[in-house]
Amino acid sequence: MDFNQSTEDNLFDHARIIGKPHARIDGLLKVTGRAPYAYERHDVVANQLVGYPVCATIARGKITHMDASAARAAPGVAAVITTLELEPLARADSNVAHLFGGATVEHYHQAIAVVVAGTLEQARGAASLIDVRYEEAPGVFDLEDAWSRLQNTSEPIAHIGDVDAAFDAAPMTLDETYRTASQSHAMMEPHASIVDWSDGGQMTVWTSNQMIEWTRQALATTFDIDADRIRLESPYVGGGFGGKLWLRADAVLAALGSRETGRPVKVALPRPMIFNNATHRSGTIQRLRIAAGSDGKITAFDHSAISHTLPGGSGEDAVNQTRCFYAGENRRVAHHPIDMGLPESADMRAPGEASGLAVLEIAMDEMAEKLGMDPVAFRILNDTQVNPEEPSKPFTERHFVECLRKGADTFGWAKRNLKPGGQREGQWLIGHGMAGAYRGAPTMTSGARVRLQNGRLIVETDMTDIGTGSYTILSQTAAETMGMEMGDVEVRLGNSAYPTSSGSGGQFGATSATAGVYAACVALQAQIAKRLNVDEARFENGRVVAGQLDLALADVADGEEIVAEDTINFGDFKDELEIGTFGAHFVEVAVNAYTGETRVRRMLAVCDAGRILNPITARSQVIGGMTMGVGAALTEGMSVDTERGFFVNHDLAGYEVAVHADIPEQEVIFLDTTDAASSPLKAKGVGELGICGVAAAIGNAIYNATGVRIREYPMTLDRIIEQLPAA
Amino acid sequence: MKAFSYERVSDPAQAAARAAEVPGAKFIAGGTNLLDLMKHEIEIPQHLIDVGGTGLDDIAPTDEGGLRIGALVSNAALSADARVRKDYAVLSRALVSGASGQLRNKATTGGNLLQRTRCPYFYDTGMPCNKRSPGAGCAALGEGATTRQLGIIGTSDACIATHPSDMAVALRVLDAEVETVTPTGETRRLTLEEFYQLPGDTPEVENALEQGEMITAVVLPAPVEGRHVYYKVRDRASYAFALVSVALIQTPDGTGRVALGGVAPKPWRRDEADALLPQGASAVMERLLDGARPTQENAYKLTLAERTLAALLAQE
Ligand SMILES: Cc1cc2nc3c(=O)[nH]c(=O)nc-3n(C[C@H](O)[C@H](O)[C@H](O)COP(=O)(O)OP(=O)(O)OC[C@H]3O[C@@H](n4cnc5c(N)ncnc54)[C@H](O)[C@@H]3O)c2cc1C
Ligand code: SF4
Repeated sequence: MDFNQSTEDNLFDHARIIGKPHARIDGLLKVTGRAPYAYERHDVVANQLVGYPVCATIARGKITHMDASAARAAPGVAAVITTLELEPLARADSNVAHLFGGATVEHYHQAIAVVVAGTLEQARGAASLIDVRYEEAPGVFDLEDAWSRLQNTSEPIAHIGDVDAAFDAAPMTLDETYRTASQSHAMMEPHASIVDWSDGGQMTVWTSNQMIEWTRQALATTFDIDADRIRLESPYVGGGFGGKLWLRADAVLAALGSRETGRPVKVALPRPMIFNNATHRSGTIQRLRIAAGSDGKITAFDHSAISHTLPGGSGEDAVNQTRCFYAGENRRVAHHPIDMGLPESADMRAPGEASGLAVLEIAMDEMAEKLGMDPVAFRILNDTQVNPEEPSKPFTERHFVECLRKGADTFGWAKRNLKPGGQREGQWLIGHGMAGAYRGAPTMTSGARVRLQNGRLIVETDMTDIGTGSYTILSQTAAETMGMEMGDVEVRLGNSAYPTSSGSGGQFGATSATAGVYAACVALQAQIAKRLNVDEARFENGRVVAGQLDLALADVADGEEIVAEDTINFGDFKDELEIGTFGAHFVEVAVNAYTGETRVRRMLAVCDAGRILNPITARSQVIGGMTMGVGAALTEGMSVDTERGFFVNHDLAGYEVAVHADIPEQEVIFLDTTDAASSPLKAKGVGELGICGVAAAIGNAIYNATGVRIREYPMTLDRIIEQLPAA
Repeated sequence: MKAFSYERVSDPAQAAARAAEVPGAKFIAGGTNLLDLMKHEIEIPQHLIDVGGTGLDDIAPTDEGGLRIGALVSNAALSADARVRKDYAVLSRALVSGASGQLRNKATTGGNLLQRTRCPYFYDTGMPCNKRSPGAGCAALGEGATTRQLGIIGTSDACIATHPSDMAVALRVLDAEVETVTPTGETRRLTLEEFYQLPGDTPEVENALEQGEMITAVVLPAPVEGRHVYYKVRDRASYAFALVSVALIQTPDGTGRVALGGVAPKPWRRDEADALLPQGASAVMERLLDGARPTQENAYKLTLAERTLAALLAQE
């Protein structure tokens, strides 16, 4: 099915099931421990061995010597494969660092061996017996240094109008520098795979991955084999947040181990290795200048940022949203991805925007204060309905102002204390802050197959459910389209034997995959109509109705199965439009007047994200994003050892994500909007919108509470305490 | 993890004797710290002596009007004990601020005292660490090191790690003593000040226990009157080690005692600083933290300690 123009009024505008709250259909399996996650799939193949990774303990250099003889002789060990025994494995496009092979160490905790044994403890015990010697190479690991060298040197990504003149002419300007920390996805389930490549022919991979087809192709490239020989299954994923978009070392090491031992091998990355072995969101340093007239209208933005990457990667593009979020005729944005020897930076939930809005939305707060304006009113005044870089491109649906107004009303914004440091309860200073949120609404080609079997419908697509609710919304989509009940639909996901979908990432999954399933259902309807020799049929109440004909779906095929498959392709008419999602976050914090500890007390998000397919799963996505935003604001930061070149706090004791006690009342309001240009379901994503702007809202609330403006994340108390007023 | 042998003992003196006699032996109680360290091969015992069956899980009154807490009393049971909650509230409060409910159910009084540092470099066997491998050097003292959580006082040129226990800080302010049995069957009693050792040139030596010596109990003296407070400052609201913690017992006339956690290789207290309590937080901290050698990253702990104590004194 081609989606080449905006949708007219359609069945989803009169929906029975789409848009209604449905508890997640895989919930029972999960809470009873029966959802099969990769590492525990003991039953899929017999005779599994366990592999344990060995990782480099230098940041850069060469391995000069490896002796694995003691490890090979250790009890239970079936094989040890060291990186020196192989040429560097080919690198898939999606990988920046090599995953294995060769003597070169590109980053700390790069995998350099795998020990395969009968049990985890045998493998782990033997792993430390490998003697490794290195020749270290010098490296650059300090973003501050790079920033002082590189500032103002790279070509702007976008440059419109006359920025310098606008700043010269402006009665009010802001010029501040901000810092965001490197962050780990810190999903609950580690990277894990079981690989059966026993005969060196067919490779079967049970894994935890967001993108089945990308990863199948990456495996094919890495091992130089035909992708048709690879089958991948990832039906349940215990969180990914972008960390599992790619092929990573777990699957590679398991495959090598399996080929060597002739038995299936499973490998999970131990938590302390994930931070440096796998990917992370790069930290940034950002300089943001804003110019405005005395009427509060923004005349210019000048935003430049730096982030780190291994050579060949793209870092964290924190300036992107500044191109289109607010009005203003002049703007210049520049991003310097700087080559550094730290581990591989890559996408994490709302890549770019999460870091960019964490800064832009503080700068907006600062600017509003300079102008003596309310921060909500300042944003409303600077709303734009067209892309300011290309005014001929309208936003299809942009209800940002409504988000702001609704949020302010619901939150009681008007009643807040206006004087920073002016509201106190006991030993705590109370503050309120808000921020705007923006994230794109991309869509990707997505396919599905549907099978009608005696009145039951089976949906098959390689789409993944990474905790997001894909099973549920795809079941809703199929049931809605086919006029069936969700109980009569079975959704099968995450298997390379199924048609290629969008996969889960970039908040494109829900929109794209539901459209793909819709396309497949429409193809099925066509087949049924053809079979019944009718031109047009209605599908309702589990029946197909056409003129005089009124037949139960169970009876259309005399016990035979009817199979249909289709793919949704999104046309390039979208290139002429700006399609985005918008939101507003409001936060109340308490900051201890003595210690500077910040505790969030209340959060509200208002989202404009097109049709909300299922308010329960969508809300879960948004509060998950808000929770991650609390972490980003207050605690989550990977600390770099700038001499040794690695992330030091590489476990969940040192890298602190929010715990239950950190998360108070969270409220989410979805505006009742649809976006006909987005997809047949008029839906857009929300999974990444939820994190955008949250950190800034918290930072702004801290300022309101204390009068201390912090421009560096995470906003831990050591960054506040010396500036706190006397308690 | 390296393979090890395992035995259960029922008698503390027997446990101590066995621990002295079997090479590479270690006690295991709740296992909440030791097992993690074994998985990382930071600790590599060849033999584990499980002391869980030694019956030391009683809290009993002493003739002196205090309490004798068996070494195996769980952190959960100790914090919930009615006598502790009433007369030694600082201890209850310190305990419940630590770890999580599940961990406190397993963690024991003896094991808690002997838990090891949370220095991130200690946990990374790819990094040099004098505490883990004596003489290897200290990564935390490197040029670009992350030291935000580490110690500011009592540290040395060999090691700047802190002792992470909350319980021990409360015990220190209560003047508790550690009771042990030696491999030859003798009983010893050590104040916490005597029990914990500063790193000096030997950061691997953390306490005064001899090889094989087992903790049998912690003895609390008669209750100390006054307001008992434990405040643990941390980045998130729960389930994190202290950046700084303050244990305070304050009598109505303004005198009292203070101990700090999160700043030193042991619970940090000085009698001379206690004496300055009536003069307020800054006088106390000037004395208590005199001689501090913070890093650039953790110098905030000086301000934080003072402001935290000020908060507690202002609470009333
Ligand atoms: C995730 C996590 C978070 C934590 N957070 C905190 C926190 O916030 N605050 C805090 O204070 N603690 C915290 N802890 C540490 C916890 O308190 C300790 O792990 C626990 O108290 C250790 O007790 P155990 O009985 O399990 O000791 P084990 O692990 O069994 O033993 C620890 C050590 O003590 C020795 N040992 C045990 N019993 C005896 C004995 N009777 N005589 C001599 N030697 C003995 C063992 O040989 C071993 O060396 C945390 C731990 C974890 C895992
Ligand atoms: S501070 Fe102590 S524990 Fe940390 S690395 Fe140095 S020697 Fe090891």
